[in-house]
Amino acid sequence: MSADAVEARRALAEAAGMGVPGPYDALSALPQALREGVDALLLAFADDAMLQGHRDAEWTGLGPILEEDIAFSSMAQDELGHAQVLYRLRHEHLGAPDPDAQAFLRDAAAWRNARLVELPRGDFAFALVRRALFDLAKAVQYDALRQSPVRELAVAATKLRQEKKYHLLHDRAFVTRLGRATAASHDRLQAALEAAFPAACDLFEPSDGLAALAAAKLVPGADVLRSVWLAAVCQLADDAGLNVPAADPAALGGRRGDHTEHLEPLLAAMQGMFRSDPEATW
Amino acid sequence: MPDYTRAWHFDPYHQGLRHARRHDPGPQASDTEWQDWEVFQQDVRGEHHHHVGALHAPDAETALLLAKENFARRGACANLWVVAARNVYATAYEDADIFQHTTDKLYREPAGFQGLRQAKIHGAAAAARASDDDAMGARAEPDAAAEHAEVDA
Repeated sequence: MSADAVEARRALAEAAGMGVPGPYDALSALPQALREGVDALLLAFADDAMLQGHRDAEWTGLGPILEEDIAFSSMAQDELGHAQVLYRLRHEHLGAPDPDAQAFLRDAAAWRNARLVELPRGDFAFALVRRALFDLAKAVQYDALRQSPVRELAVAATKLRQEKKYHLLHDRAFVTRLGRATAASHDRLQAALEAAFPAACDLFEPSDGLAALAAAKLVPGADVLRSVWLAAVCQLADDAGLNVPAADPAALGGRRGDHTEHLEPLLAAMQGMFRSDPEATW
Repeated sequence: MPDYTRAWHFDPYHQGLRHARRHDPGPQASDTEWQDWEVFQQDVRGEHHHHVGALHAPDAETALLLAKENFARRGACANLWVVAARNVYATAYEDADIFQHTTDKLYREPAGFQGLRQAKIHGAAAAARASDDDAMGARAEPDAAAEHAEVDA
């Protein structure tokens, strides 16, 4: 897998023509238009991680077996940690409020997460497949981001990508085993893939100003990343004996703030405690 | 006297593996029941692995993956081992008396050997002192003699 990852990184850097030192080596060096593009990108990635972490944390105590319950919960915490890193970048360099305020004081319309991560918990097959689609996407996106000439982005992405290694190993181990174990486990995974995949395509919906960032060679374009991700998803599905369904690109919307009816109840549960006393210290 | 009429007896010469295997009920796992795995963690490369716990997993690879989050998510870890619990053979607690020392085996302990050496010096010095007033012997390492007394006590 690591050889594949190296190859994927090389292909990404080549496709985007990145890795060449340019004038944009730090967030402070960016013109305002590009700063806004970076801000939108970080918000989208942070919101993805925050809600993925929240949804997976809903499995704590309910996992199919104690050991996997603990592993799944631990990975959910990893995601919350990733969200914190990304919110903090926005806070320290781009003028956003502090990470708690970004996570707990924003209403549904201001969230820019992919729809995938707001879908309800579902059964464990769905949670596992969602996790696998999400982790493959994030590995590709963080790989791309760590090639960025903007050093704050490269440093953060390197940190986040490192934890993805275990997540990918975990997902592959469970998806390939359950996909090929029994007819019942195969069918449940296949149904989960059909439910999750269309919403997962949202993960590569361009955030505001992404085209300008790609033109300035700060990050690769969304299409390049989506095709790398799709290849990885097809490879995993193939190894697990699953079929990747067709997806309708018109169903996108999360990056524009166009969410499903599931986001508001999620935010109510997630933010309720914090909003009951935003000034409290813990 | 050990009871040799028992069904199984720990044999210190060949670890009783043959006997143990004869009474091993075999793999307990069924389709819905995962195996038990014992987990060993190495904190720093080069150090020894130490036992940190046990978990359920369907196979070794999954056991390693789950062991990482279950046992190595907090402290430092360089390496993990997992061993199928059914591959671990143990002495019987009813035979725990084989570990007891009923005679003096001080010489087997690192400090014990030193203690014996000092005892010899001490004894020789005492003998010399008794026969004639050998000043060299009387001054021979009084600290070590005190240490010996401590070990003896």
